[in-house]
Amino acid sequence: MNKKQKKVFNRIIISIILLIALQILLHFVEVPVLLQFALYMIPYIVIGGDILKKAFHGITHGQVFDECFLMAVATVGAIILGLVTEGEEGGFLEGVAVMLFYQIGELFQSVAVGKSRKNITDLMDIRPDYANIENESGELEKVDPEDVSIGTIIVVKAGEKIPIDGIIREGTASLDTSALTGESMPVEKNPGDEVISGCVNITGLLKIETTREFGESTVSKILDMVENSSMKKSKSENFISKFARFYTPIVCCLALALALLPPIVLLIMSKEPMWGTWVIRALTFLVISCPCALVISIPLSFFGGIGAASSNGILVKGSNYLEALSETGIIAFDKTGTLTKGTFEVTKVSPAEGFTADDLVIYASIAERYSDHPIALSIKKFAEEGGLNSIEEITSDENIPGKGVRVKTVSNEIYAGNSALMESIGFTPISGVDFPGTVIHVACDGKYVGMILISDSLKPTSKKAIEALKASGIRRLVMLTGDRKESAESIADELGLSEYRAGLLPGDKVDEVEKLIADKKGKEKLAFVGDGINDAPVLSRADIGIAMGALGSDAAIESADIVLMDDDPARIALAMKISKKCLRIVRENIIFAIGIKVLCLLLGALGIANMWMAIFADVGVMVIAVLNAIRCLKIPKNA
Amino acid sequence: MKKTYGIEVDCAACAQKMEEAAKKVAGVVDATVSFMSQKMKVEFADDADHSAIMQDVVKACKAVEEDCEIYV
Repeated sequence: MNKKQKKVFNRIIISIILLIALQILLHFVEVPVLLQFALYMIPYIVIGGDILKKAFHGITHGQVFDECFLMAVATVGAIILGLVTEGEEGGFLEGVAVMLFYQIGELFQSVAVGKSRKNITDLMDIRPDYANIENESGELEKVDPEDVSIGTIIVVKAGEKIPIDGIIREGTASLDTSALTGESMPVEKNPGDEVISGCVNITGLLKIETTREFGESTVSKILDMVENSSMKKSKSENFISKFARFYTPIVCCLALALALLPPIVLLIMSKEPMWGTWVIRALTFLVISCPCALVISIPLSFFGGIGAASSNGILVKGSNYLEALSETGIIAFDKTGTLTKGTFEVTKVSPAEGFTADDLVIYASIAERYSDHPIALSIKKFAEEGGLNSIEEITSDENIPGKGVRVKTVSNEIYAGNSALMESIGFTPISGVDFPGTVIHVACDGKYVGMILISDSLKPTSKKAIEALKASGIRRLVMLTGDRKESAESIADELGLSEYRAGLLPGDKVDEVEKLIADKKGKEKLAFVGDGINDAPVLSRADIGIAMGALGSDAAIESADIVLMDDDPARIALAMKISKKCLRIVRENIIFAIGIKVLCLLLGALGIANMWMAIFADVGVMVIAVLNAIRCLKIPKNA
Repeated sequence: MKKTYGIEVDCAACAQKMEEAAKKVAGVVDATVSFMSQKMKVEFADDADHSAIMQDVVKACKAVEEDCEIYV
């Protein structure tokens, strides 16, 4: 509890004690009504003084209908009624008790909300407090990260957060990126590697040359995004604030009608008007009507959902996007870098007759030894992993532009390249067109040795992610790629995707997304998932743009609505789960709070519910709604 | 021109009131108040003097919600 809350707490305790003492006194001693009134006023002012003041302030400043006003009218009304009927109907105790319970409820709410606010901010506790700089005498000095300019060498000790993005100049260390990505596996970093702020150095001492200012560093950007996320309000939140605006005046009018109309009707029918009964019912009605359960629990739910997502490396830029995500019916994916690794790997080795797979790989790796082409690199990597590295000396190395390479060693002459190369030296190679990927043919000493297929491979979690998304009720999953039809088809088959569009230029992707948007049904939303590097136009065209693997990429953070910090597609399904859970809780709270209120309002109007039930309807519902909202913080399992 | 200010406010409804009040101040294009992050984001009209406008915003907010705080 903070200072303000402690003050309220003390006031609550004092007024409870006073109230109990007063009850005991009244039990034993006969006190005249006016004196009773005066005695009850002491705890009443102690507990409700500020509410009365606020209500008065509101009236004088044109803000009539708020909850302070409701509480003031209800309690003052009850007390005046007690005075008029000389303590028979309504009465002093009710008036004071309503105020007391209202304050207890408010205090509880304020503490609960403060706690969950803190929980959420702790989840996102990535803000570095200082940076270490070596001063002239070689001692470490702690400075404010904001004061560090680009190109400064900062020192990060084991257990410290990296405060600013940069490049490692000295030292190796394992970094814990879990605060950023939700990934618990530490990452090994060496001199020359780029590191991003917000990671925790687990082992070793690092000297890092900063490449950005603090304000431009990843950690600042992320914090900015998360802190601003509650500014973009969802439809549900806007609904509630509109609702509250109309609701309170309507309820006040109804209460007035309830106090006046029935007695007047009774009078006309020349019966006993029972003013006291109807006024007390109207007051009960007012107490019940406070809309605070809704007003507080809905933003809290969204804040919790966004917090839960952040702690899993899913940054949501606003509650409106979290809401939209739960309504997603169509998801379009980029292929390369999103569903696939975006790096090339040897996926197939088919030797010709008379050669083994090992021969083929060894020859190919010799031929590609001096090449830095991505394809050459993937062949060399494959050979290394299989222990097939040859150290045979190369005597001559010739690059044949557009075709491949010719390499001579002491004992062999090797050709490696595309089918055009093979044809030029007199072979008709197996056609590679049917294969998804790039084909490298190898020939050695006048014989055709075979072909190696190099292609992009699926991310290990892609298949699971697609299955999870299908299970979560996504109607259409479409893969959009600029790649050849064959590659697209084989990837789509592997993933179990029935729809794909291949051979798309970046502009075509926008057109395809437009077509998909035209196919939306009802409230359905379209999400596009891309790697964020060259998909910016599509990301902004889709209802929800999801960028992945965005750590350190400014373009993605700018143009996407939801940013996945690592490049694991399974996070999309997790984000959907979080959003659905959060929206379910929001709906539960809206229905529950409005439902109970309407029910209690009816009961109150009919005179079945008394002041005490009214207090439950107000404070109790709010407490339950707040507790329910806090559940948003918990991350759904089996994701 | 958008600026974000730290605020202190006790209830969500009060934050809502502050938002409404701030939006009505002359020179303010748009304003959002987040109770959860205890922040107020104000979008000013182009080439407006925001420190002067913020004084009006503070006044307007104090009028609707007495014990709120805006850290300008």
